[in-house]
Amino acid sequence: MKRLARVLALGASALLAVSAYAQTPRSGGELVFPVPSEPPSYDGHREETFGLIHPIAPFYNTLLRVDPNDKTGTKPAPSLAESWTVSADGKTYTFKIRRGVKFHDGSEMTSKDVKASYDHIVFPPAGVGSSRKGQYSDVESIDAPDPTTIVFKLKHTSGSFIASLLSPYNFIYKADILAKDPHWYEKNIMGTGPFTFVEHVKGSHVVGKKNPNYWDKGKPYLDGFRAIFMRDSAAQVAAVRGERAQIQFRGFTPKDRDNLKAALGDKITVQESPWDCVLMVGINHKLKPFDDPRVRRALTLALDRYEGSKALSQIAIVKEVAGVQVPGTPFATPPEELAKVAGYWHDIEKSRAEAKRLLKEAGVPEGFSFTFTNRGTPMPYEPLAVWLIDSWRKIGLNVTQKVVESAAYFPTIRKGDQQVHMDFQCGYIVEPDLDTYKFLSASRNPANYGFYEDPVLDALYDKQSQASNVEERKKIIREFEKRVLDEQAHYLMTLQWHRIIPHSSKLHGWTITPSHYLNNTLDTVWLSQ
Amino acid sequence: MSAAPHAIEELTRTQEPAGWRSTVGQFVRQRPLGAIGGAIIVLTALLAATAGWIAPYDPLANDYAAMLSAPGPGHWLGTDAFGRDVLTRIIYGSRTALTVGLGASFIGTTFGSLIGVGSAYFGGRVDLVTQRVMDVFFAFPVIILALAVVAILGTGAGNVILAIATPMVPRCARVVRSSALAVREMPYVDAARAAGFGHRRIILRHMLPNVMAPILIMATAFLGEAILLEASLSFLGLGVQEPTAAWGLMLRGAAVEFAESAPWMAIFPGLAISLAVFGFNLFGDSLRDALDPRLRTQ
Amino acid sequence: MARYILKRLLAMIPTMLGVAVLIFLLLRVIPGDVVEARYLTQGSQFQSQELMDIERAKIGLDKPLWKQFTTWMGGLARFDFGVSMWTDAPITQEIKLRFALSLQLAPMASTIATLLAIPLGILAAFKQDTWVDYAVRVFSIAGLATPSFWLGSLMILAMLIVFKWVPPMVFTPLWVNPWENLAQLIWPALAVGYRYCAVGTRMMRSTMLEVLREDYIRTARAKGLWMKLILTRHALKNAILPVLTVISTEFAFLLGGLVVTEQVFNLNGLGMLFVEGISHRDYTMIQALVMLVATAFLVVNFVVDIAYGWIDPRIRYR
Repeated sequence: MKRLARVLALGASALLAVSAYAQTPRSGGELVFPVPSEPPSYDGHREETFGLIHPIAPFYNTLLRVDPNDKTGTKPAPSLAESWTVSADGKTYTFKIRRGVKFHDGSEMTSKDVKASYDHIVFPPAGVGSSRKGQYSDVESIDAPDPTTIVFKLKHTSGSFIASLLSPYNFIYKADILAKDPHWYEKNIMGTGPFTFVEHVKGSHVVGKKNPNYWDKGKPYLDGFRAIFMRDSAAQVAAVRGERAQIQFRGFTPKDRDNLKAALGDKITVQESPWDCVLMVGINHKLKPFDDPRVRRALTLALDRYEGSKALSQIAIVKEVAGVQVPGTPFATPPEELAKVAGYWHDIEKSRAEAKRLLKEAGVPEGFSFTFTNRGTPMPYEPLAVWLIDSWRKIGLNVTQKVVESAAYFPTIRKGDQQVHMDFQCGYIVEPDLDTYKFLSASRNPANYGFYEDPVLDALYDKQSQASNVEERKKIIREFEKRVLDEQAHYLMTLQWHRIIPHSSKLHGWTITPSHYLNNTLDTVWLSQ
Repeated sequence: MSAAPHAIEELTRTQEPAGWRSTVGQFVRQRPLGAIGGAIIVLTALLAATAGWIAPYDPLANDYAAMLSAPGPGHWLGTDAFGRDVLTRIIYGSRTALTVGLGASFIGTTFGSLIGVGSAYFGGRVDLVTQRVMDVFFAFPVIILALAVVAILGTGAGNVILAIATPMVPRCARVVRSSALAVREMPYVDAARAAGFGHRRIILRHMLPNVMAPILIMATAFLGEAILLEASLSFLGLGVQEPTAAWGLMLRGAAVEFAESAPWMAIFPGLAISLAVFGFNLFGDSLRDALDPRLRTQ
Repeated sequence: MARYILKRLLAMIPTMLGVAVLIFLLLRVIPGDVVEARYLTQGSQFQSQELMDIERAKIGLDKPLWKQFTTWMGGLARFDFGVSMWTDAPITQEIKLRFALSLQLAPMASTIATLLAIPLGILAAFKQDTWVDYAVRVFSIAGLATPSFWLGSLMILAMLIVFKWVPPMVFTPLWVNPWENLAQLIWPALAVGYRYCAVGTRMMRSTMLEVLREDYIRTARAKGLWMKLILTRHALKNAILPVLTVISTEFAFLLGGLVVTEQVFNLNGLGMLFVEGISHRDYTMIQALVMLVATAFLVVNFVVDIAYGWIDPRIRYR
């Protein structure tokens, strides 16, 4: 009898487990999430902050999107475009636009709207600000020969054009509205997305509700969402902990995750991923002694990245030791090979001894002091600075930190008076063309705050961009990496950021990617009871 | 609000070298609270002066193996997120606190007093204009003025001192001015003017010393306020920067995050700040009582 | 009396003008402007100078300084605060919700400060130089000495650990839902109120001591009249006024100066708006906020001056 009961119990729990695993999305519920910063306007073509994406992206669709179930955040998937073809010469991209998509005001979306939106981005009219215009300098023309077709003609072939169309900021707007007033979308919201705009109370929240006429039948599952603006990270954690919010889409610190896990146990599910964000040390090649590659190499050799990774991953949002690509992505250098690059040697004593030797050779005296200019954003700029300064102390360098307020930071760096500074890069998609553009010579890249010219590096960049196959491209990228991080030590990579999203276990249908700009349309998200 | 001549006489009388020990003894007996405050101030000053000798570790040395350790035999107050000894950093932090506090208080009271006395002395239009200008600065919230100065000058200890001193000047000027107004009518000032002494001499030699009581009280009050303001600015990320040891700085970042599992990182620097400001305020409070004859016990 | 009121009123005008000029110039001395703050935060490689010039022209930053100033002043005269440079929305709209919060928090904190200061000050005065006096002074000075953000963090932590409760995250106006509203604001009000009670306590104690020494009080005490009668009739009336002065002037600062408290308690108040505004270099927003706070301060001062003038006629003729 007892045995039967046990078997029955086992069978019942097995059934439950199976049904839980094969859960079908449930419709209903309101998703609540805190957003750390409030967008200054609603125009995705103009803004660059995730503070716009998190509350506003659900109201819009883009032409293409990154597959929401792809953990690497690199696979293109159809959205308003059903499919596309590339011409034989690689310079013409033709997209087939979906039929039956309606804007929230009831009108039909056609290729005319796509063309108008992309014109707004790539060829903005006078007086209109488009942040990504420079990214599409390769585009020669955009045409809409019929209501379901849109054609992009490029000036030359590009391996990353599709990736550039995956930008989550490229909202598709209504052509008629743009024609009447190209600034209309800065203050108003009207798109084709899974949610319609309800209200935005300044300084407080944004509310959206389910679009009943959404083109992707059955979606969205949620009845609506509420994005609440909260500056303070402790308050955001408290919101999730107090179960007043289900998720925060940017990322929490390792300690926050541990606290949430300890407090809520199984009610919290944690998703983690390397982040397509990294801080690097920029060195001003115009100032002595930093024009000497030996000095720059000494700076990178002083850093014990492996110890740093172990220690700092406990207190900051950094973790992986990385080269120029996010670890684990197709073009990233495997760890064994990376260990041969200067600054990545496993023997730190040998590394620091070499650093000291190089400094001596370059004529830098013991106790030499310089200023490290850092940005006034606490995480992870501050802990990384403490790590860097302590490391440089160990090779006899005396470094003081000068912190510049976030808003004034890049204008200050642009002036070029700083000696060594903290630079930063965040991408929406892992793609070598986009990630390594930063290191190109100053004459080509205005955001090169090391102010150096390196034609060899530029040539390698162009070679990898036009490489015919993946293996060859990988090889060239390795060469590029060796030159920029080792031989010339133009920039020093610190540690790759690490994205940690602890969320309510009731939340399903959301997969983490390396980018906090992706997967925010919320159409696949659903809440269980 | 005027410093009565009676009190001034007392003050000048006790400046004779032979009497200081008995004055201190009298002060301790009559005003135990003030004495406690004074002791705290002396302790803080001693810590700052002897930091190099008494601190067990290097305040800037990271020790990742020991990060986030609880208080114990090796580290009496525990370690922070980088393995740095909390006790050492608190000891060295007293240096930053006193430097910023003294610097800001000194600059604030000096400029404030000069403006206040000068304004009272010259009177008339000069006084009116100065009053209005001071009123303008008065109408700004303290922290906003400090934020603005930091935004212009940048962060770092020197700029923080200036940022904190700026809102103190009008406050000091106002208080000193009302005391100075009373002093201006005193016979010895008239006599000095009659004797033909220059403005500068009269202000510096005759008026200023006689408004010392309120100035001293302000200076001590400002010291406490300065330490607090520095802590607030550092907490906001706008004050002294890492890796310098400063109490306000120690309350940022990891201290907040790890408040539950590693509370020693937040508790001790907070205590240090509270204790130091408490000491200065206690002392200043008793000083105020001592120098205001109307409040003497029967 | 009317002349006195007029005089005080007129004195406000140059001060307000001074504040306006000072904040206008101060902001433009700070390096960077709103366009740089918007487009250069990501270190953009794709940013162009022409885009930034277009934006500047749109906002009006390319006009000469004196013209920007007169435009702003003209707007103020019509009670038009203008639009925020960061969001293009009318400033009155931006400030509304935050002003409601700060306008509620400031009097709450002041009330708590007063409720603590008056009885404590009286107690300390009556028991001067006894351990009661010391205890009161230690208690109130401890409030002054404790960093408010530290106290706030400890409070929230304590509530979280002990009561497993977190205050509401969003501000609900008092008339919409008083419980949610108070549940959020009572904690910062306590933290801030406790801090400010020290000043009031000290003031109350010293004025009370002064009054207690007055001859008529000593006579009454000598005659054995009941303490309570003396207290409420004579001493209190004269002692309270300076306390109210101190607390009311602090109130004006509480409107915009609670920057750190707001951050710790995650309050959507004017203090954070200030910090954000400076960080965004939103000139029009900061100008409007400063004028608002300065006006509040001056108005409160004005009211207190009038009250003094009414109660003590000698002041009017100075």
